[in-house]
Amino acid sequence: MAQRRKNMAQNNVSKHRVVVIGGSAGALEIILSITAQLPLQSQCTFVIVLHRKPGMESLLTDLVAAKTNLPVIEIEDKENMKPDTIYLAPPDYHLLFEKHHTFSLDSSEKILFSRPSIDVTFESAAEMYGAAVIGVLLSGANADGAEGLRKIKLCGGYTIVQDPQTADVSFMPQQALLTSRVDAVVDGEKIGHLINKLVMAY
Amino acid sequence: MEKIAINEKDLALLLNELLEKYGYDFTHYAHSSLKRRIKRLMVLDRLPSFPELLHRLRSEANYMQRFVEEITVNVTEMFRDPGVFKTIRETIIPQLATHPLIRVWHAGCASGEEVYSMAILLHEAGLLHKTLLYATDINPAVVANLSSGIFPLSQLKQYSENYIAAGGKKDFSSYYTAKYDLVKFDPKLKKKIIPALHNLVSDRSFNEFHIIFCRNVLIYFDKALQDHVLSLFDDSMDKQGFLVLGSKENIRFSPISGKYSQWHKDEKIWRRIM
Repeated sequence: MAQRRKNMAQNNVSKHRVVVIGGSAGALEIILSITAQLPLQSQCTFVIVLHRKPGMESLLTDLVAAKTNLPVIEIEDKENMKPDTIYLAPPDYHLLFEKHHTFSLDSSEKILFSRPSIDVTFESAAEMYGAAVIGVLLSGANADGAEGLRKIKLCGGYTIVQDPQTADVSFMPQQALLTSRVDAVVDGEKIGHLINKLVMAY
Repeated sequence: MEKIAINEKDLALLLNELLEKYGYDFTHYAHSSLKRRIKRLMVLDRLPSFPELLHRLRSEANYMQRFVEEITVNVTEMFRDPGVFKTIRETIIPQLATHPLIRVWHAGCASGEEVYSMAILLHEAGLLHKTLLYATDINPAVVANLSSGIFPLSQLKQYSENYIAAGGKKDFSSYYTAKYDLVKFDPKLKKKIIPALHNLVSDRSFNEFHIIFCRNVLIYFDKALQDHVLSLFDDSMDKQGFLVLGSKENIRFSPISGKYSQWHKDEKIWRRIM
């Protein structure tokens, strides 16, 4: 109960800031480069949605954790969302943001052949956290993420797309650029630096 | 899709009406997930705005049924997470074998793929004849379909791979006959399956079980309802029964956690210990 009061008090003084990063084929390397550059104390929550096959859960967690001193957690249902933590969407579930800074999972139909769907998580972040969201879309071979990124922008958030020319697979970032005006189109290698700058300047 | 907006006030109004008029209590479903399902239904049924959804629900008695069908998630597969079924086959079935009559409950069984998976495991262990598998769901349509034993052919390749990964040794195709784009499972598998309507939110315990499956159902509920449902399972559990949840679900912070111990370090299976 005391904990809940404390959380509510926190909500009143500061908006919860969330960086959501989506990627598919060819995105792993960039994700590792980004996580290596994330600041340890920014009061932001980092959420990564990467298309991958089930059964390799701990592998991605280990790879990311090797690059950062931030805690890296693969999300379980109704997990509490904490600042200065990196969360990974589990394979085979859609990931949503719920009230009271918790996550929920959803194993309904795939969307654009994807579960987790980047669109679902991006749209949910936009609805729950509005202008406090930074959305980042990386390399990939399908159109997932473009619609979600548009929603983030529409709700006042900041959007970053990997420069398709620097992406292993350019289709996904290209789709995003066709779908909406984004705030920054950045070399894959430089995205980590930009996120770092943005979250520290909040 | 993003043109449809559902705010918390609209949602509360809708949920109250469903409860008062139809007795369906969705108020403790996880709201973001629920809103997404409602928006999906509105797109499917071309309802341009929230008031039109309300109107449809108020004016058409049959629409409530469709609403329940589409709002609840009915996606499932056979031998989903094969590791779970391998553990059940290797370590739990031998425990179940000691009972003169084995009672299994698949709570929130959706279209029933999991029930048939368990029936196959029990059949292969020579135990199906002394087992009853209760398969319950909130959704009347899926409960009706379950007795037919008919499933889409498109998923069978995946199911066959899952079956092998779960330790299956037989020819999986010996369990079904295919026709056009459907398959029908061997009727001997369904002889011991008892489909029934049961709402985890409002209905009570109806028996004591040696193993209860409830996988990827609790994820749609808020914490309070999860605790309620876990207590319902506890009330329905044999004193050394097993509870099987979805791969991202946990009893850790629930009121029943102290009475159960995790059966396998990598799988979401618990055994009642007191």
